[in-house]
Amino acid sequence: MEVFLQTLVAGILKGGLYGLIGIGMTLIMGVMGIINLAHGQLMMVGMYITFVCFHYLGIDPYFALLVSMPALFLLGVAIQKYTLNPLIEVESILPENQVLMTVGIGMVLTEVARFIFSSDYKSVQTSYSSSSFFIGEISFSLALTIAFFIAVAFTLFMFWFLLRTDLGRSIRATAQDKDAALLMGVNAQRITILTFGIGSALVAAAGTLLMPIYYLFPDIGGPFTRKAFVITILGGLGSTVGAIFGGLTLGLAEAFGATYIGMAFDDMIGLVIFILVLIFLPSGFKRITKV
Amino acid sequence: MLEVKEIDVFYGDLQVLWDVTFEVRRREIVVLIGANGAGKSTTIRTISSLLNPRRGTILFQGERLDLLPPHGIIERGVVHVPEGRRLFSEMSVEENLVMGSLYGEAKTKRRDTLRHVYELFPRLLERRKQMAGTLSGGEQQMLAIGRGLMSLPHLMMFDEPSLGLAPILVQEIFGMIRRINGEGVTILLVEQNVHQTLAMCDRAYALENGRIVLSGTGEELSANEHVREAYLGI
Repeated sequence: MEVFLQTLVAGILKGGLYGLIGIGMTLIMGVMGIINLAHGQLMMVGMYITFVCFHYLGIDPYFALLVSMPALFLLGVAIQKYTLNPLIEVESILPENQVLMTVGIGMVLTEVARFIFSSDYKSVQTSYSSSSFFIGEISFSLALTIAFFIAVAFTLFMFWFLLRTDLGRSIRATAQDKDAALLMGVNAQRITILTFGIGSALVAAAGTLLMPIYYLFPDIGGPFTRKAFVITILGGLGSTVGAIFGGLTLGLAEAFGATYIGMAFDDMIGLVIFILVLIFLPSGFKRITKV
Repeated sequence: MLEVKEIDVFYGDLQVLWDVTFEVRRREIVVLIGANGAGKSTTIRTISSLLNPRRGTILFQGERLDLLPPHGIIERGVVHVPEGRRLFSEMSVEENLVMGSLYGEAKTKRRDTLRHVYELFPRLLERRKQMAGTLSGGEQQMLAIGRGLMSLPHLMMFDEPSLGLAPILVQEIFGMIRRINGEGVTILLVEQNVHQTLAMCDRAYALENGRIVLSGTGEELSANEHVREAYLGI
């Protein structure tokens, strides 16, 4: 029972961060209709920024959020504005090829990181990296718990933003019917740029929050892109609430898989759930949550 | 108020409008009639800048609309209520209405306009929290019109507002358009429901194969031999 609860806690804490990764991807999916296959690589860039901030400037990872998020926002804006949007305007290039472009961007980011930082593993060792506290018999990793609550705060803020502000509504409107949004005066191109920026900033936040407990190397982006993809599909493409459920599901699946099946299998568990969802619940959790 | 001058419009290499010229004067109800594929929707979509004319100009109160991006049109007071309503189906009724008032005066007066729209369409007030996608066809059309009104338009363009509605609802929608016109809004209406629209409009133009072939007052067109044969089946 203790092991079970311990696993549950670990899964939920991790799931909160996964939700944050998934929301960024699902927003981009909703507005542009494409899967951003550079999502994990953007997170990797955010992690390296955190690493540099900590290592060379002595900035605590939680304060590094103030650097990594704006930096990735700008990187996301630049990617959308100068590489993805121009593709839509060229008639001989199918708009779907934006996906291929994101693959290329992911590769470039990875290799640039390798060029600068080499392939060595890096980590950020803070005073609290390995500290934990206990509630009853269950141990909570301090860094992961803080990360979870910051992730939840960002998630709640995103909901407020999407549901209660004109800009947030414009993002949702563009995702639902782009032409109608144009007719209502929404500058759809600006919305796509902004959305990519926000999605990148959110995944950077997740990367920064993971840094105190994770190690970092240039190829870490690929596995996280895969995770983000699974989360987005689990949630039902383009659904924000779904992305949170998707994130939690993946976090729990990985935690239980690691505990009861074996550490080496945690990636496999996620993909098995992914396949099961595709077969039995093709529209993801969106079918259940309706949002 | 609105002057469309000699516009040619293409989809890719395919020309769909030839030398289309017409005007809508302040406070008028003007109707474009024509068969399926005659270019009526294309004309309205071009005024909304969703399409660009290859030749010709579109002037609204003296300003070139054809040089503006799509999102600039509504800010000038021209709103397009599109064919098939095109609501944001996963947003509530009220959120759809709010989406009509994103800029300028419409935004500052949002609350008052919202109250006014709810007065015009009490059904929308009853269902304000409901998702737009779950409304009936008539209610959806009311919401599409309400969303257009939220922008405090000077000119409203309707694309087939009666499409797919029961006759009694068609009456209601046309009544509402007349009422909006009575409040000082100029109307440009695209319709296949020729008989009723000719009866309620000030002037009308007939489009055939992408060209304006006839123009005149509603009565003149109703009496026209060609219109009677081609559109009214008399």
